[in-house]
Amino acid sequence: MARLVVLGGGVSGHTTATFAAKWLGSQHEVVVVTPNSKWNWIPSNIWVGVGEMTKEEVTFDLAPVYAKAGITYHQAKALSINPEGKEDSDKPFVTIEYTSEDKAGQTETIEYDYLVNATGPKLNFDATPGLGDGNGQMGENTVSVCTADHAVHAAEEFQKAIEKMKAGERQKFLIGTGHGMCTCQGAAFEYIFNIEHELNKAGVRDMAEVKWISNESFLGDFGMGGLHMKVGGYVVSSKLFAESLFAERGVEWLIGAHTSKVEAGKVEYELLDGTKGEEAFDFAMLIPPFAGVGLKAYNKAGEDITGTVFAPNGFMKVDANYNAGAYENWKASDWPRTYQNPTYKNMFAAGIAFAPPHIISKPMSSPNGTPINPTPPRTGMPSGIIGKAVAHSVCDLMTKGEDAKLHEASMAEMGAACVASAGKGVFSGQAAAMTVYPVVPDFEKYPGTGRDTDYTFGEIGLAGHWIKHILHHLFIYKAKLNPGWTLIPE
Amino acid sequence: MSEKKVVEEEINFQKNDAFNLTMIPGAFARKMRTCVIWQFIRFVIINVKMIIVVSKSH
Repeated sequence: MARLVVLGGGVSGHTTATFAAKWLGSQHEVVVVTPNSKWNWIPSNIWVGVGEMTKEEVTFDLAPVYAKAGITYHQAKALSINPEGKEDSDKPFVTIEYTSEDKAGQTETIEYDYLVNATGPKLNFDATPGLGDGNGQMGENTVSVCTADHAVHAAEEFQKAIEKMKAGERQKFLIGTGHGMCTCQGAAFEYIFNIEHELNKAGVRDMAEVKWISNESFLGDFGMGGLHMKVGGYVVSSKLFAESLFAERGVEWLIGAHTSKVEAGKVEYELLDGTKGEEAFDFAMLIPPFAGVGLKAYNKAGEDITGTVFAPNGFMKVDANYNAGAYENWKASDWPRTYQNPTYKNMFAAGIAFAPPHIISKPMSSPNGTPINPTPPRTGMPSGIIGKAVAHSVCDLMTKGEDAKLHEASMAEMGAACVASAGKGVFSGQAAAMTVYPVVPDFEKYPGTGRDTDYTFGEIGLAGHWIKHILHHLFIYKAKLNPGWTLIPE
Repeated sequence: MSEKKVVEEEINFQKNDAFNLTMIPGAFARKMRTCVIWQFIRFVIINVKMIIVVSKSH
């Protein structure tokens, strides 16, 4: 019997672990190490963040699901990896620290035959002074929707702002990114239009100023260098699509902005042209930049080999081309296909935890040298697809031997569906539904736009809103491993 | 003096320079976004397209 250890229980880790457990059966052991007791359908945190959903509607307990799947579950965070074992043993192992109430702070080592790092991101609030509290957590000046608890807090603060407006006090809402190197603009994009929708619903829209601040060099970049879609006989940039949406809703934008400091009621920023400024706010939701979770790695002698296993940003190195050089040399083939660590072949990274070869958007910096560009999105559908491909590979390695062919899931060959929905009512909401294919543009295969415009599209309406509702229920159903869960695609 | 002609969906163009340089949907486009029959048709089409994208991605 061999053991697969999966670090992380988010979209990617959960997908890897549950498929591996199904395919391996009782012949082998699957272990999940995740600091959370609950699984969270993160896309619906947006609705929690405006008070349209409860935390309970977007989360569920992991323990009974893993018990049903025959997965060994440790509520703990991984601290380090020893891929060569230790002096008296060749067996690789991870060191974990429990986060569950009954064993909080206790450490333990778990040996593995195969390891999948799907730890997701560290929400690096402290990268921007005042965005964090100095201890790695969110500060008190802004709110976030990155976790269900954050979203609950955001909804409470939002409700207070609505009450102030009803009492005659104008409010300014600032939504976007809290650093020049953020990703996940899509989440902030969805949140700002939910805020705007709810303000209308509450009858206080005229008392509010709603403004977008983002590190994108143009609206609609979304960390993917933008996209092109067919609309009305034209092929148009997502810039027009996004700007139109903002103008229609009366939402101003400030782009190419690195948020350099946050204080109570004020952010300081630097723009791509080097100018600096300030923006006041009464309510701000600023997405933090992401980093690796800070896992360490040690060799057999106990020497630190973190730099060998992980990139400087803390994400795990995989089969990507990290030496692509300047933007002009970037190719779709730089992106990883198998997510296998090049040094230790029994280690993989899935979802946000893998180190991308470079960003997707065109790299930009201010004349002062401050990099201001979105980092690549790897959430949602790509995370799930990568997690499943990695599970396939590991299962084949365990059952067919070390020469088994690895499964591939390059982001330059996969698409992604994104639905940004405002409002929650069946007939009162509207969504921007988008698909992009492939996520990473391939200008050799699709000269011009880098993507297949037959399958890269976006439109606004009730239809996308219904899809958002369906996805919410479908993916939670699937994650709970209810009957037929394997038939639901990632 | 000529009569003032107010087109509600065009008012935002005047609010700032950035708004003025983009496109804003008119009344027909807005109506179609919430027309249940049209949106049901779009729902089917978007779903088919998404399923194709998903199938091409696995």
